[in-house]
Amino acid sequence: MASVKEIFELHPPMHQFEIKQWIPIEIGGYDVSLTNAGAFMLGTVALIALFLFSATSKRSLVPGRAQSVAELAYGFIANMLRDNVGTAGMPFFPFVFSLFTYILVANFLGMMPYAFTVTSHIIVTGAFALFIFFGVTLLGFIKHGPMFLKLFVPSGVPFALLPIIVPIEIISYLSRPLSLSVRLFANMLAGHTMLKVFAGFVIALGIAGAGPLLVMVALTALEFLVAFLQAYVFAVLTCIYINDAIHMHEH
Amino acid sequence: MEPAAAKLIGAGLAAIALAGAGVGIGTIFGNYLSGALRNPAAAPAQFGNLLLGFALAEATGLFGLVIALILLFVF
Repeated sequence: MASVKEIFELHPPMHQFEIKQWIPIEIGGYDVSLTNAGAFMLGTVALIALFLFSATSKRSLVPGRAQSVAELAYGFIANMLRDNVGTAGMPFFPFVFSLFTYILVANFLGMMPYAFTVTSHIIVTGAFALFIFFGVTLLGFIKHGPMFLKLFVPSGVPFALLPIIVPIEIISYLSRPLSLSVRLFANMLAGHTMLKVFAGFVIALGIAGAGPLLVMVALTALEFLVAFLQAYVFAVLTCIYINDAIHMHEH
Repeated sequence: MEPAAAKLIGAGLAAIALAGAGVGIGTIFGNYLSGALRNPAAAPAQFGNLLLGFALAEATGLFGLVIALILLFVF
């Protein structure tokens, strides 16, 4: 029977995150090959577009099953924006909706065996987070002009405390993209690695592996919950940041 | 100390961060439950906040786990 160490040497738990070249393409000296990451990104977008187009093509008054799901997703994000930002946030609905559906479908696609998880790479989540960070900062300056800097000066704080509070506020503002991106990436990376490590235990234990196998079933269920939750949290935090930029500290 | 041993010790130390995540998740669900039992009518409205708090608490522990995994598998 193979030991755990041998199994991990044969099938390293981090192997699943490796970027592989599927179709080599080179344009002007740049490597723009279709990799497994790129293919799964395209697949995610194609899946979302296909589903939403087919679900809303009929637009019947009494929605069928597919149309109900599409309307549910719409209502979910619309309510989230209305609760967190108010009606002033509705122009950002398409952005938050596509962000949420993309992360959700990418997470769920990654749960398939042998699939690649797009969101388990910090370059993907980091790009999202930086885009949101710069977008929200720009939005704040466009709405409020230089007054947006008052975001770093909470009202009602004693004057003597300001030299401490303001740097803390600035650091917490600047660390937003970091925590936003690392949260999603770390959850996906840790979850998938954990599943792989437990799979190694199952094989190493032979018949007694039924124990870890049962744990793995529960962990897979937990991973599906986490996949949804992380997409939800990403969208909610985006809403909160947009609210900060539009309303500042009004409420 | 051998570098390989230091790597393993470092990874183990980084994984201690998950203790904080455990405490945090326990606090959130415990407080939600005690609040929900006192006032069940108000509980469904706070379910979203419960999930948000759960995800935020879990993530801080996972930061430590990622450090441990990077130490183990990258270096």
